Parts: sequence; structure tokens; C-alpha cells
Amino acid sequence: MTIIALLRRREAGIIVMIVIFSLFVGVLQPRFLTSETLRIVLLAVPLVMIAAMGEMMVIVARHVDLSIGSILGFSSIVAGMLWRDHPGLPVLLGVVAALATGSALGLVNGLVVTIFRLPSIIVTLGTLSLYRGLLFFYSDSRQVDPQYIPRDIIGMSQTSPIFGIPWIIIVACVIALATYFFLDHTRLGRQIYAIGSNPTAAPLRGIRAAPVTILVFVISGALAGVAGVLYASRFGYVNPGITGVGFEFTVIAPIVIGGVSINGGVGSVGGTALGVLLLGAVSVALPVLGVSGFWQNAIYGAVILFALVIDRSVRQGGLKGLLARDAA
Amino acid sequence: MFKRLTQLGLSLGLAVAGAAVAHAADKVSIVYIPKNTGNPYFDSLEKGFQDGCAKLGCTFDAQAPATADATSQIPFITAQTQRGVSVIAISPNSPDALNQVLDRARERGILVLAVNGDLVGNLQHRDAGILPVDFTKTGPGQVELLGSEIGYKGDIAILSATTDAPDQNTWIAAMKDVLAHNPKYAKMKLLTIAYGDDDPQKSTTEMEALIQKYPTLKGVISPTTVGVAAAAQVIETAGKAKQITLTGLGTPNQMRPFIKDGTVHAIQLWSPYNEGLLTAYFAVGVKSGAIKNSPGTTFEVPGLGTVTIGPDHIINTQAELTTFDESNIDKYNF
Repeated sequence: MTIIALLRRREAGIIVMIVIFSLFVGVLQPRFLTSETLRIVLLAVPLVMIAAMGEMMVIVARHVDLSIGSILGFSSIVAGMLWRDHPGLPVLLGVVAALATGSALGLVNGLVVTIFRLPSIIVTLGTLSLYRGLLFFYSDSRQVDPQYIPRDIIGMSQTSPIFGIPWIIIVACVIALATYFFLDHTRLGRQIYAIGSNPTAAPLRGIRAAPVTILVFVISGALAGVAGVLYASRFGYVNPGITGVGFEFTVIAPIVIGGVSINGGVGSVGGTALGVLLLGAVSVALPVLGVSGFWQNAIYGAVILFALVIDRSVRQGGLKGLLARDAA
Repeated sequence: MFKRLTQLGLSLGLAVAGAAVAHAADKVSIVYIPKNTGNPYFDSLEKGFQDGCAKLGCTFDAQAPATADATSQIPFITAQTQRGVSVIAISPNSPDALNQVLDRARERGILVLAVNGDLVGNLQHRDAGILPVDFTKTGPGQVELLGSEIGYKGDIAILSATTDAPDQNTWIAAMKDVLAHNPKYAKMKLLTIAYGDDDPQKSTTEMEALIQKYPTLKGVISPTTVGVAAAAQVIETAGKAKQITLTGLGTPNQMRPFIKDGTVHAIQLWSPYNEGLLTAYFAVGVKSGAIKNSPGTTFEVPGLGTVTIGPDHIINTQAELTTFDESNIDKYNF
């Protein structure tokens, strides 16, 4: 009960931060508080949201996947090249290919981590470069130009039959809900938390850590693959040297803000989703405020640190409690 | 002692091998080092080199670093210098980080050519600079194109690359200059300059912010290929094509769908293919002694006409920008 209460508070804290931040920006630039902003933020976050669901599972299992940007790039190139070189095939086949590519690359991560018992931060740091390098070979260093991306795929970022809400937003919501159900209401999902809380004790409780860990990396890769398709949809082209570069940091920051512990075992889908929304709002707000390009990165980073400090101090019983604990 | 002897032997061996390569090569060998790999723009430039060399009988090779970091090209230059090629053509990632390695290549008798971007402020470290177009005309050319589309009237904005991108900043300075001083553009008001860092996500966010922040916005110039593509996608997604006119520097392949569906009417660029072709003719000419590399010299390039070496050994492939619109875009493939 206390854990649930704590999680609830954590999520409430992020909501409060989103509200305060939006009001603050709204005072400076009233045009920010419109439905148009909401539309822009909601269009900006789906890629991060989807990849964050996978990454969050990895982090809950006390691992990390730094290679998702390269997996995203690889998956999108595989799909894009399929669309370009075989225009007669069904568009869906490209989506399936992206998913398969993402899963396969995730599987490699999971296998290397579990078989050789290597720290995932090192393994995925390696595959981050390895996958990107192979991607250049596979694509012959060529981008897939906008004319080859199917109109149906582009259309996913524009509308859908469901109240005209763009498909990419719907896909992100469905994946977030599915992740919530999986993590909170299935045995397998709870096992991920158990492995992350105590990797030594989990096997004693009959949990087969290796297959579960591998599965978590496969899911993370597959979701990066989905994000790859949506990248093609949203930006209209895929490039081996641009697509997905630096994506891992865009994804990990909101997860940590959302209360997922990098020590594993702790974290919720709701917190992660709110973290994604908060940082999405920040990245949309800075240009609307007219913050100069020189300062945007610095302010974005400062917001991340600020959010973490506020959150930590709230949970430690205010700043006083935090300082007292450190002094003790 | 043994180690030192081995080293001596090795370096002697390398020197002999290098000399052997240089003597065996009666053909001119050109190597081109683009900014980075995966950039369709440089693919087209390489094609120009290849076609030129096919006609002239030179050998051509392209070696690209994975990233466009300031220092990423250094190992490539060093390796090619040791290989003993006759010409290194490079699109420099930094105007000053390459000075030393380029000097070493030139000491070995290698012709060093800056292609597509020059070593601004360090021109003495290369033999000539082949630029795509007269860069002083790029900014004004873009303003004129946008102006002609919006009736020379209304609020406009610029969506650039990074805040420190040297080419873009040169062009933007020239844009500001004509907007301020040419009475023709007196009714065009530059509201702001946004920077998309040549990142699709960032460029998209910045473009969306421009539209939201300035309801009166009539035109946007994005003088960078990543920016103009992202901006076009935003305009299409938001359904603002009637309200906002976009132009900029983009490649035909990247912008083709937007020009065909009317989201964008016209974009501009130059021909990277012609740059490669010209560089091949120039390099072979200088190496064979047919072209004297000094300002004022002229030479012929088939298809491009008479080319003049300008002050500071700068050669402009073309004078004005090429405009791509619905009428001609299908003639280009890069």
C-alpha cells in the first residue's frame, strides 16, 4: 500500500510540474495555452513514448539499452528500402520488416548480455556503434527519399478515422496501455520487477532470469522498430546518418524523470508517460518562447535536473529532509 | 635498438612502397573526401567526379568519415597522403582543424582542392577552392524567390541549421542586408531566425513554433536541406500550404513530393554533379600542366562552358542558384 501511495505521489508530482510549467510559459507567451500547442506536443511525443515503454522495461529489469537510436535507424532504413525497391509489395510488409529488424537487434543485445554476463551498458554502447555502422553498409550510405515513403505511412502522422486523431498518437496510446497491462497484470510483467529488485533472489523464487531478460531486450528493440516506422511517417524520409542519432538520451531522460529507478525494480508506465509529456512540452515551449538556439539545450538540461531534484526532495520529506539525510 | 631498427626498416619500406605507387601511377588518381557518409548530396557530387574521370581517364575514389566532426577527416587525409594519390579533393568539416595534415599532403606534391566549402580564413592551406555557386548571391537569390512568391510583402522568418553554421550565417547576413537596404523588399519584414540544428525533430519543432508564435507569418526561408524538408512536412501536416509560402535550399529528390503536391512551389540549389565534374577537369588539367592554377586563367569544361579561376584561386561552378519547380524538377535526380 505504501509503495502504491508513493508511486501515486510521484505521478501527481509530475502532473503538478507539467501544470506549473505550462502556466509559467503561458504567462510569458499566452499563445502557448491553446489547443494548437496540445496538438504539437502530442505529435512530437509518440516516437519517444513508444521507445520509452520498451526502454523503461529494460531499466526496471536493472539493465539499460543504449542502442535504441541505432535500432530505430536500422529498422526505418530496412522498411524504407523495402518500400523503395519493391513498390509493388503491400505497405504493411515494410512495417513487419521494421518490427522484425528491431526484434532481431534487440535479441542480439539480450543474448550477449545474458550469455556472457556482461553489463548491458557496455554491450549496448557497443551495439549502438555496431548497428549504426552495419546500417551504413546495408543502406549503401544512401537515404530513402520522401518520394518512396508510401502516402499511407505519411498519412499516419496526419489523421485517422477516429475523430481525426493522427494514427501515431493512437498507436502510442495503445502501446502504453498494453505495456501497463503487461507489467502490472501479468505474471511475466511482475517477474521483470522481481529481477530488477533483486537479481540474486529472483531465481530462488523460480524466476528464469535469462529468458525474461532476453525478452525485455527484444521488446525494447521491437518498439524501437515501431518508432522507426513512425519516424518515416513523421519526417517523411529516412537517412542512415541522421535517423535516430542521439535518440537514446531523448528517451532515457523522461523515463528517469518519470520515477523509474536506474537501480531497477521501480517504475510505472504512468510516470514514464508523464515524463515523456513533460519533456515534450518543454521542447515545444522553448522555441515558442523564442529562447535562442544557444540556450535551448542548456535550459532543457537544467529542467531535467530541476525536475529530479524537486522530485527527490518531495519524496525525502522536503528539502530539509533531504539535507538532514545527507548530513546524517 | 632492435625496435628502432625495425621502425627504420618499416618507414623505409613504406617510403619505397609510396614512391613505387607514385611512379606506377601514370594516370592521375583523385580521391574525394566528403563531409560525411550517407548524404545524398555528396553522392551526386561523386557521380560528377566519376563521369569526369571516365572521360579523362583518371582514377577516382571517395572516402567518407561516418560523422561530420571537425577532426573526422584527418585520418582519411593522412591515409591518402601515405597512399600517394595525386589529388585530394575535400569538402572540409572545419576551416582550421585540417591545416597541418593538408600542408603535409601538399609537401608530398599532392594537389589539395577544397570542394563545395572553402577553408575560410586558411586559404593558403589548399591549392584551389571549387565552390558550387557564387555564395554572395545565395542569400539575395533566396529573398528574391520568396519575395516573388508572396508579392514582396508580409512577415517572414528564417529556419536555419545550427547557430554556428558558417555557410548559413553568411547567407543569412546577406539576406538581412538586402531586406534592409533594397527598397524592393521594404515591405517584407524578417521576424526571427530559428535554428533547427539540421536535426529533423528539432527543425520540425522549431517550424511548428514559428507557425504558432506568428499568426501573421507569410513566408519562410530555410537555407538548409534538412530544415527545408522538415518545414515542408510541417506545413503539409498542418495544412498551411495556402497560408505560408516556404522556400529554401533543398535537393530535388528530397523535395519532389512537396513540389508535386503544391505544398512548396519552388526551391533552389546548385548542381553538386557539376561541381564534381568541374573539379575532375580542373584537377587533371593542373596535374598534366594544361591548366595553370593562377587567378584569371580560363579553361573549358564540356557542358559547363568556360570556367574562370577567380581571386584567391576560387572557382564558382555556376553564378546564380538553380531554381527547381514543377516545370523542371523531374530533370534532376540527386
